[in-house]
Amino acid sequence: MDGGLFLIQLLNGIQLGVLLFLVAAGLTLVFGIMDFVNLAHGALYMVGAFFCAWLTLNYDSFLLALIISVPAVFIVGYALELLVIRHLYHRDHLDQVLATFGMILIFDTLAHLIWGPAGLTFTLPDAVNGHVSLFGLTDFPVYRLLIIAAGLLVALGLYLVIGRTRVGMLVRAGASNRVMVGALGVDVAKLFRYVFAAGAMLAGMAGMIIAPITEARIGMGNDILIIAFVVIIIGGIGSIRGAFIASLIVGLIDTMGRSFLDDLLKLIISNQAAETSAPAISAMLVYILMAAILYFRPQGLFPPKVR
Amino acid sequence: MLLEVMDLYKSFGGVVATNHVSLEVNAGEIHAVIGPNGAGKTTLVSQLAGELKPDGGSVQLNGRRITRLPSYRRAQLGMARSFQISSVVNNLSVIENVMLAVQARTGHSFRFIKDAMRCTDLVDSSHKSLQRVGLSDRAESPASDLSHGEHRQLEIAMATATNPKLLLLDEPMAGMGVEESGRMVEILNSIRGGPGILLIEHDMDAVFALADRISVLVNGAVIACDVPDNIRNNPEVKTAYLGDD
Amino acid sequence: MKDSLRRLSLNGWVMLVSIVLLALAPTITTWMDDPFLLDLIMRMVILSIAAVSLNLILGYGGMISFGHAAYIGIGAYSVGIPAYYEIHSGLFQLGVTVVVCALFAFITGYICLRTKGVYFIMITLAFAQMIFFALVSIEEYGGDDGLVIYQRSTFEFGPDLGSDISLYYTCVVVLTLALLIVHKIVNSRFGLVIRGSAGNDARLMSLGIPTFRYRLVCYVIAGVICGVAGWLLGNFTNFISPEMMDWTRSGELIFMVVLGGAGSLFGPVLGAVAYLTIEEVLSGITIYWQLPFGILLVLVVLFGKGGLTGLIAKIGRGDK
Repeated sequence: MDGGLFLIQLLNGIQLGVLLFLVAAGLTLVFGIMDFVNLAHGALYMVGAFFCAWLTLNYDSFLLALIISVPAVFIVGYALELLVIRHLYHRDHLDQVLATFGMILIFDTLAHLIWGPAGLTFTLPDAVNGHVSLFGLTDFPVYRLLIIAAGLLVALGLYLVIGRTRVGMLVRAGASNRVMVGALGVDVAKLFRYVFAAGAMLAGMAGMIIAPITEARIGMGNDILIIAFVVIIIGGIGSIRGAFIASLIVGLIDTMGRSFLDDLLKLIISNQAAETSAPAISAMLVYILMAAILYFRPQGLFPPKVR
Repeated sequence: MLLEVMDLYKSFGGVVATNHVSLEVNAGEIHAVIGPNGAGKTTLVSQLAGELKPDGGSVQLNGRRITRLPSYRRAQLGMARSFQISSVVNNLSVIENVMLAVQARTGHSFRFIKDAMRCTDLVDSSHKSLQRVGLSDRAESPASDLSHGEHRQLEIAMATATNPKLLLLDEPMAGMGVEESGRMVEILNSIRGGPGILLIEHDMDAVFALADRISVLVNGAVIACDVPDNIRNNPEVKTAYLGDD
Repeated sequence: MKDSLRRLSLNGWVMLVSIVLLALAPTITTWMDDPFLLDLIMRMVILSIAAVSLNLILGYGGMISFGHAAYIGIGAYSVGIPAYYEIHSGLFQLGVTVVVCALFAFITGYICLRTKGVYFIMITLAFAQMIFFALVSIEEYGGDDGLVIYQRSTFEFGPDLGSDISLYYTCVVVLTLALLIVHKIVNSRFGLVIRGSAGNDARLMSLGIPTFRYRLVCYVIAGVICGVAGWLLGNFTNFISPEMMDWTRSGELIFMVVLGGAGSLFGPVLGAVAYLTIEEVLSGITIYWQLPFGILLVLVVLFGKGGLTGLIAKIGRGDK
């Protein structure tokens, strides 16, 4: 195992981690505060990616596309809450699952209708499309470093907003005790709507910044949604801190497992057996981690204090 | 002696909720615990039922120390309780609720084939419990259709169906009208002599109509324990209830 | 005989009529010269089995599993992987189905059932995805592309599944068995505990009933029944792929159960038939059929309670 490759995969793992965090942050707040199962959260990630790709292709400016897409996804989230989601808060989980499942179908098919079945691909502007040398060991794409920086910046911002502001205090209070927030004389419905829209925007941002690497594609949201579930289960529903730590753990374990597990296995079993079993095991790794954590801590690593 | 509570102590932070309480319930006896609001009645029941761990003292059921046992173990040892807030299984019928209680007594429920409604023993003894509380004619109704008072009656039926040695009744008359609580007094009178009953209750008329002995709880401590007539005339109790004037 | 006919409940009549219709289906489709119709009916029967098994835990037991399609996948791969090694014995494949499904349900159920509500939904989903991704990543068995089954399960004594007609009748028999099993279970003392724990788990615990073990056993039974449905599906399609256990498949199963009316014996069958009919009709009209379907789903949740069974009961005589 050489140091350069290890460093690359370490950074790739962190990059996946921050991406997961952007998706999981909104999800965990919506779960924690509203006790609401939103399967359609991943669809907003996809919408973000498509908006960004489409605008970039039309106006030939990635930066402009980003600037327009961020508030656009916020508005989509806001409208979604207003039209459908708010009618579901007081329903049981089964209804929530079904309705948001239906919304996934709607979003996916709409994306198919508008942008076609093939997905949208575009290239990065030259300014960020290069590589940098890491300690002379290896080269690494500049853009992926930017993703990590952006993700960490958002995490820091979220931490400050939630830890230091009045709105943040309400959100925290809501995650641990929903009734109390209402008792404080806060317009709970309005708080919910903005939290939902902000969560949607964060997921959309994740879609936007990953679009140049992976393309915008139908179904991309569903893949990341389930890993985001794993993240918030591990982190503890309603906990931003838990979501952040769990995102990094999951991102790292998934990436590292896929690249190094066969080498590790070769130390204990035959080469051939290792090469056949490693892909399957590494695909299951984060789920096994989740199972193990749940076995010892059914509420996740950082459960909300009171309920 | 059926239930023996010795020197039970519990505090939350600095506030003493149960202050060295000792009391006992004999077999077949109805022992009532009364006290003004905030005297610590609910805290006491919770410790007896095993939902709250005491800081000190001991609880014995039939001579066996149960101080640290979880609630389902206490249930298996013959302690049944009713809840202050009605707690029945709303999606089942009335008789099915009682059948579950009987099943809990008769051991495991890994019986997959036979229709439960055709298990004669199970159905018969459930009907008997319902009869005892006067709910026979509602046996097939969904539990969710019952009135508040009927819910309470069903609770008693479920509690007695487990054939308990000791019944903990946590304010069974709470929220009831005069007529309903009168019926409840009759029901409790009819099961008198069966299980020992520890009755926590606000309704003084009911308590004096039912209790063999009464303990008075004030600020977490038992200030008197005697037969109803003596309690009625006890000056200390009067002070505690009516204030210092 | 006359007596027992008269004593049949509404459920019994529905069952009798359905069985007659199902028994005659191959004759009718042959007469109509429409082999695709029999395919559709067979798919309905197989998915009905899966939906009936999900109903046992979801409708009666209140356990909202979002990973039930995993068992369909396991059942199907229990045909495909042995067939890949040229083991075609139906008994062996069924044995593998039952054992693997039971084990998977037991292990995952042991972890899932300690949690409640949203956690339970997401964890069942995550475990199903785990199996999905594991099979996607195994190149040996076709990975994403799946595996063609060149020979269906064979039995030394019993039906010759090579013929579509006898495969069809096998499916019908399994569906009948599944319905009978669920009917027996939910009305038994075991079923009483399961239904009770769905309504008020804490109360059952305070009565002294340790509900966890009963729920776990119920979860395993449902998984195994659904695995058998997967075994049939693998034989029916002659092809297996991870797509069979995609999480959207689990979502569809939930929809079938809810559409038909969760917690009623025949509801899931009704739901499966209705769902596949909707899919057939809509996808014949437009390739974007999932758009109207998704809208329908949202509307059903927002405005229609109790599913088709509830609707029929409302129209009928209010029979539950």
